[in-house]
Amino acid sequence: MALKGKKYVWLCITPAMLLIMAFLIYPLIKTVIYSFSSWYNFSLTSEWIGLDNYQRLFSDRVMPVAFRNTAILIAGVLVFQIGFALLLAIMVDSAHHGFKIFRTVYFFPIVISGTAIGLMFTLIYKYEYGLLNYFMTLFGFDKQVWITPKTAIFLALIPVLWQYIGFYFVIFLTGISKIPEDIYESAMMDGITPVKKIFYITIPMLKDTLVSTIVLVVSGCFRVFDTIYVITKGGPMNSSQLLSTYMYQTAFEKYNGGYASAIAMVMIIIGVLLTIGLRKLLKADAED
Amino acid sequence: MRKKKLKISTICLYAVLLIWLLITVIPILWVFINSFKSSEEILLNGVALPSALNFDNYHSIFSYPDVNMLRSFLNSFFISGGVVLGVVCLGGLAAFGLGRFDTGIGRIIDALMVACLLVPAFATMIPNFVTVSRLPIRETYLAVIVPQVAGNLCFAIMLLSSYMRSLPKELDEAAIIDGAGPFQVLRRITVPLSKPMFATVGIMVFIWSYNDLITSLVYISDQKLKPVCVILTMVSNMHGTDYGAMMAAIFITVVPVLILYMLSQELVIKGLTAGAVKG
Repeated sequence: MALKGKKYVWLCITPAMLLIMAFLIYPLIKTVIYSFSSWYNFSLTSEWIGLDNYQRLFSDRVMPVAFRNTAILIAGVLVFQIGFALLLAIMVDSAHHGFKIFRTVYFFPIVISGTAIGLMFTLIYKYEYGLLNYFMTLFGFDKQVWITPKTAIFLALIPVLWQYIGFYFVIFLTGISKIPEDIYESAMMDGITPVKKIFYITIPMLKDTLVSTIVLVVSGCFRVFDTIYVITKGGPMNSSQLLSTYMYQTAFEKYNGGYASAIAMVMIIIGVLLTIGLRKLLKADAED
Repeated sequence: MRKKKLKISTICLYAVLLIWLLITVIPILWVFINSFKSSEEILLNGVALPSALNFDNYHSIFSYPDVNMLRSFLNSFFISGGVVLGVVCLGGLAAFGLGRFDTGIGRIIDALMVACLLVPAFATMIPNFVTVSRLPIRETYLAVIVPQVAGNLCFAIMLLSSYMRSLPKELDEAAIIDGAGPFQVLRRITVPLSKPMFATVGIMVFIWSYNDLITSLVYISDQKLKPVCVILTMVSNMHGTDYGAMMAAIFITVVPVLILYMLSQELVIKGLTAGAVKG
């Protein structure tokens, strides 16, 4: 026998539902409508223009740059936040000392705000005072101007990757600690080498964690904003724009709400498609 | 022979782990050390320890005529505290309704919650900005608290309701037989038993809210109400050429979460990774 009474259920969920309706569902619908409208300066009136905003996306020169940068980011997170974090987790798991220290320190950049980290790396990249140029002169090289249109996106993404490696490291470490010891023990008795152990036991046993983590990091790529905004503001010359920074500037610096909503729609659609598609693809693969 | 080979691989292992340890701490350590130096001293040698423990930079960031760092800290605590309170109260209540009652409503709402997780903040930001600016809550803390609560609710409800669902039903039965109503069950049994999950959710939401830049950037324009992350970007824009002060401003912004992490490290790790595996 559990608690009964639909009346009470509604009483409990109504306050939360009202807030979710007003600030999540309603604005989502409004974004769809705005994306089909000509709407500037947050004015009270907007005009329905059909697919014009979406057509403009195809001729916008910033969009391919934003897509390229997102692709770079996705490649980066797969290599570092999945690959390197997994490697670190396996290494820490097989180290006999310092487990707690490594875990504590590796995780700690996550608690820091992207804003502080962005400004921290801005200072690191500075010409005169920067840490990077200090090391350059230390090793006998010339000082460099680090942030140029060619390098901006990479330099702005380094802190994003740096910050989150520890997060996924902890997730993998937790996953590894859940693998039953006796599987390793029986494999050891069969004389398995440490390297084979990783590829034939650890990674296959982690498959579920790996699948959900890959989905998480890839869909997370569309939400990166703070660090990029702080370091480059999408510049120089739009070279480091992501969809998020470009949408923000279109809406709140150029006050073109209609076009910004169309950019937001692109973010939603690709994000949802990638999440569902990746999950299907990887799950099917994992079941084979 | 075999033993020696093993040792080399162990040394390599620790070497890699230590190098990554250094790469993790060096940036923040560099900022910390330089926050006690004047800009000239930083230029002279950017990595040496400060010649004296000099708090000038900290003094100057708290006495700017045009940006009020101290006030922004208070703003951050009011905003993030309010968001935590809102999420825990509204989320806890909804989770109780979904997790402890046997009705068909629960499943539909559960599916809705999962769908909501796919909606990024960017997708709702523009209409929310319009809504907030036309409500009486504009230019108050609530202008940023309310959208942040709504943005965190779905996730909190998911975590809390699945936790509450796992509590034994017999406890409720005993209380009902003793004549307790649903809200007494909530107050006396469900909430006390769910404390660990409330703590996890609370920490997660606090850190997320304290660190969030974009929503505060958009929903609040009155400088007196802006939280510390936004004020930090303003300090950088207006006084960014004073490198020593910048270092101090960055470090002081990080201090509250750093203290939180040191005091309850396990809880913070649990809170921030709580939903990750679920995807």
